[in-house]
Amino acid sequence: MLGWSNRCLDRTVSNACSRSPQLITSTLVSLLPLVTGDDSDGGFHGPSIDEFFPPAVLFAGTPFELNRIMLIRLLVMTVLIIVFWLGTRSMKLVPTRGQVAFEFITGFVRNNIIVGTLGEKDGKRFMPVLMTIFFVTLGMNITGVIPPLQIAGTSVIGLPLIMSIVAYVLFIYAGIRKFGFRYFKNALILPGVPIALVPFLAILEFLSTFILRPVTLTLRLLMNMVAGHMLLVLCFAATDFFLFTVLADGNFLGLLGVGTFAFGIAFTLLEIFVAALQAYVITILAAIYIQMALAEEH
Amino acid sequence: MNIVGQLAPLAFGLAAIGSGIGVGLIVGKTIESVARQPELQGRLQGLMFLGIALTEALAFIAIAVAFIPFPAP
Repeated sequence: MLGWSNRCLDRTVSNACSRSPQLITSTLVSLLPLVTGDDSDGGFHGPSIDEFFPPAVLFAGTPFELNRIMLIRLLVMTVLIIVFWLGTRSMKLVPTRGQVAFEFITGFVRNNIIVGTLGEKDGKRFMPVLMTIFFVTLGMNITGVIPPLQIAGTSVIGLPLIMSIVAYVLFIYAGIRKFGFRYFKNALILPGVPIALVPFLAILEFLSTFILRPVTLTLRLLMNMVAGHMLLVLCFAATDFFLFTVLADGNFLGLLGVGTFAFGIAFTLLEIFVAALQAYVITILAAIYIQMALAEEH
Repeated sequence: MNIVGQLAPLAFGLAAIGSGIGVGLIVGKTIESVARQPELQGRLQGLMFLGIALTEALAFIAIAVAFIPFPAP
């Protein structure tokens, strides 16, 4: 069942046998996706938040502790670097098939997201960092549906937080670079507002611009991935439970497992769409925030 | 009668009402405008996803609330 059946994985297995021949096997075992909770009592155990804090695989107890999610992130970064290195190594005027695909997706990000929002001149200035945000987010999201990995690199708060801090620093930098400290006055005090309302609106603008923007940028990406992973685990764990526990006991209610499996497949397709959509959304929002900081009046 | 359980899913349900209505309005209006001016479809789609993303944020904040470790009373 796509690797979900590895259910009785015990946290102590990977910790007890450091420096022994078992280390390799236990490392391999703890790399597999696991559904938390054991089914020793035969009941159904849904997913919990522990899904996102798997046991450490390497360097346990040190500040460089690596668990499955960290290893997946490192893997995704390696794959991205290799893909971009190979994709841009020998560009031809008459492109090969691979170059066409590569130029199609980078061209979409360039034209539709960045230049479409920021314009040609500013778009070029912020192109590298926005392009990086898009492809890192896309790569990290898509691991949520790739079978042996099956958890998104963005489903723990670290990575979404980094993305939104980069976007936050970027739009404040863009504003200060263009207007100096007048940027904060422009951002907080709206033109054409009665003088009595200015303090209230300034507080509201401060909240929405400098506090809620990074918070929602982080939470949107994080919670999309967390909720998507939870749905997938719930569907496939229920399939496993219905087909291999209930149906195996001779109870025909277990045929419900076929339905939950179909829903699992449907949600997998939805997750692929959500992964691409969230990468698009975070990039276009970062671009729009920069554009708003650069605008003369708003 | 004692009912035992979590209150967080209920809170998420309440928050989802608002953003559900919001997303419905945004998509409906986009379809209307594309029907009026089909040549603007590309730009309107971008705006639609942007609006959906902003509206959805409320529901996602509601999911996050369940994981905040509030001190027990």
